[in-house]
Amino acid sequence: MTDVAWKFENMFSLQEALWSFPLGNCSVSIYLFTNYFIMAGVPGNREACYSFFSFVPGKQSHLSDERELELRLGPPGGEEETIVSSSYLSRMASVGKDTMNDTNNLNSSQNFAAARSALNASTPKGSQKRTAAPIVGWPPIRSSRRNLSGSSSLKQPPTSQDTVSHKFSMEKPADDRGKSLFVKINMDGVPIGRKVDLKACDSYEKLASSVDQLFRGLLAAQRDTSCDGIEIKQEDEKPISGLLDGKGEYTLVYEDNEGDRILVGDVPWDIFVSTVKRLRVLKSEELSAVNSEPIFHRSMLQT
Amino acid sequence: MAFPFPDEVLEHVFSFLHSDRDRNAVSLVCKSWYEIDRWSRRRVFVGNCYAVSPRAVLRRFPEVRSIEIKGKPHFADFDLVPEGWGGYFFPWTASMAVSYPWLEEIRLKRMVVTDACLELIAKSFKNFKVLVLSSCEGFSTDGLAAIAANCRNLRELDLRESEVEDSSGHWLSHFPDTYTSLESLNISCLLSEVSFSALERLVGRCPRLRSLRLNRGVPLDRIASLLRRTPQLVELGTGAYSADLTPDVFSSLSGAFSGLKELRSLSGFWDVVPAYLPAVYSVCSGITTLNLSYATIQSTDLIKLVCECHNLQKLWVLDYIEDSGLEAVAASCKELRELRVFPSGPFEAEPNVALTEQGLVSVSEGCPKLESVLYFCRRMSNAALCTIACNRPNFTRFRLCIIEPRKPDYLTLQPLDVGFGAIVKHCKGLRRLSLSGLLTDRVFELIGTHAKKLEMLSIAFAGESDLGLHHVLSGCESLRKLEIRDCPFGDKALIANAEKLETMRSLWMSSCSVSFGACRLLGQRMPRLNVEVIDESGERPETRPESCPVEKLYVYRSVAGPRLDMPDYVWSMENESSVPI
Repeated sequence: MTDVAWKFENMFSLQEALWSFPLGNCSVSIYLFTNYFIMAGVPGNREACYSFFSFVPGKQSHLSDERELELRLGPPGGEEETIVSSSYLSRMASVGKDTMNDTNNLNSSQNFAAARSALNASTPKGSQKRTAAPIVGWPPIRSSRRNLSGSSSLKQPPTSQDTVSHKFSMEKPADDRGKSLFVKINMDGVPIGRKVDLKACDSYEKLASSVDQLFRGLLAAQRDTSCDGIEIKQEDEKPISGLLDGKGEYTLVYEDNEGDRILVGDVPWDIFVSTVKRLRVLKSEELSAVNSEPIFHRSMLQT
Repeated sequence: MAFPFPDEVLEHVFSFLHSDRDRNAVSLVCKSWYEIDRWSRRRVFVGNCYAVSPRAVLRRFPEVRSIEIKGKPHFADFDLVPEGWGGYFFPWTASMAVSYPWLEEIRLKRMVVTDACLELIAKSFKNFKVLVLSSCEGFSTDGLAAIAANCRNLRELDLRESEVEDSSGHWLSHFPDTYTSLESLNISCLLSEVSFSALERLVGRCPRLRSLRLNRGVPLDRIASLLRRTPQLVELGTGAYSADLTPDVFSSLSGAFSGLKELRSLSGFWDVVPAYLPAVYSVCSGITTLNLSYATIQSTDLIKLVCECHNLQKLWVLDYIEDSGLEAVAASCKELRELRVFPSGPFEAEPNVALTEQGLVSVSEGCPKLESVLYFCRRMSNAALCTIACNRPNFTRFRLCIIEPRKPDYLTLQPLDVGFGAIVKHCKGLRRLSLSGLLTDRVFELIGTHAKKLEMLSIAFAGESDLGLHHVLSGCESLRKLEIRDCPFGDKALIANAEKLETMRSLWMSSCSVSFGACRLLGQRMPRLNVEVIDESGERPETRPESCPVEKLYVYRSVAGPRLDMPDYVWSMENESSVPI
């Protein structure tokens, strides 16, 4: 299963469905991914979900050939070992046949773009608005630069006044934005660490909601690729709640300047801000182990 | 053949060769030249810390004064290299501490430098002068305090883009009162506030200080007093460029700036309040380098500032500048050589600013000396790229990032092959190229045919088959670094060009179609290549089918053999560890 998920992780991240149609209680989408056509089903039953995937290498053209409907990994056209061979796939394929046949003869390298655009054009526009899952490392911007927009909404940068003296007559800016305090934060099950600006959140509640914002999408992406690999929809992203009271799936803890691990919320906010070194979002069920566990160390030098 | 010159004369002649490549060529001429070069080489550059062992470097060049080393792959900047991957500087420091007591300069990029390393540097090198840690990590202000306390002759301390654990801002006060040799200080990456009084005293007693780049924690109203002590500054990075607005602060600030007669470079401007920008107008005519890439202000304010800087050669700016701003740049900055435009909302689904391909077209028309571009935008066309290429055949670096992967020409919905093809066709001296947008194998054929000087190529979400990679590897004869993510390139191209990889510094491929079996084959067939598979899934790759694609592949040439400090998610594909097929 992880093998399958591996391939899907990046595949569905930014693709729009070329075609979608209902099938029983599922919705089936066809994606074009480089030189594969991919069918993906979104059924009510998530367990069965992965068997709805069909990779159709674009270089080949006979969909009726059972072999080519098998899910396999590796470069197209090679003699790869089959990973999943499901009777589901052939049934799926016959349902989607009309659609697929249209696309086959277009899929040579010269007609690649034309195929894509033609398919896009024939898809009802309204149905393909999807929110893309985040792609790790794309666009290629350093994390220091990503923090730029950490503390305030930058959709509208501040406007200037024509003269300084005019500005002086106005009220003072309310906040002291020059000071920020970024602390690293990691979450169980999410390989990417983030940073959160504690000066931008002035309470535990705001911190919890920032954490939710930072990780909700990433967590959904992880979950999704690890269970079925289907493209994430906004509504599938569950808010991360109960971080502070221990009632949620995850609990927020921090490592203080003495290296101790403490539950976030145990001390007044100001003391927390002045002593926190690093934050972690732990699975609540594993939390009982925290106190006995040695302090979290980043991997240090090796000689 | 016996040389009439004594060694000293040859050594003097060699001293005029400044490029490493020329020195390398000289050392290959004969044994005698090899020896002369060996003993007279003062600067060494190691492009990959795992390509050679510290001991081998020390043995070959016993009199080195300056060393520069690079560690992690470039994609580490974008979180693609997991934490704990390696790039540790400690083995290097430990060896050099013994062999190079007179080492003066250390310049590192993307390496893990611990406080122990910094303490060892502080203790071991008696005449230590320059420490540049670029995108490094693993150390704290405690290590910096050790450097400050012990390196009496330190001229330059540059922490650009490094990730420093801030334990306190007091490390600056460890510079002794008698210390006066500082010429350059860059602490822009530090997150917490530094002790301002210590900074003020330090800056005040170092008459040769030319470059000062502060961090966001230094407030604007304190900068004026610093600047009055340093009228000789050539480069300045401000801290947060905002404060309570009072006429006093403004007039004292503009007074301080007008005293900086030598100033050439300005950066910083975090949280900038546009009303304060006119304070720098008095120095703008001298400015050649302007980094506004943290200045979140609107186009009109950016235009006013940039247009004051007629002699600008290098401009970094956020996309808030928009097309109209770049048009103004094109009209007023005729000396511009480098432009970088960064995205302000890279993760927004819709454009948040009016920046398109047109801005780049304008600059390529108006700035005849432009040779280096990094440009983030949301749409591009083949027509625009062709115009840009015709306008500026002098590009040596062209990096274009269209934020949405695989986005076609927005006018014709065609791939951008023709446009990027025009870039490589016209820009004969192109050394660095980053591709984005919808691209087929055709673009790689064009790159392989024309980009003969290309040294570094970045590819993402592009190509259709092995043929694309094959064109690049077989055609780009100067290629040294190749990084690829999310492309359907696989085994055939890799194996067919295995020899080529030995002529390159490194190859990175993540989320491509390279199989585990091919990696193993490559490792077996090419003993001078280190082939490392990065797999974080937790299971041994050997337990999977040979055809199973690998998550990430990093290949580099090395005379040091496989490295020994691999974390458990890195698998080295070498002879002894591999299971027979």
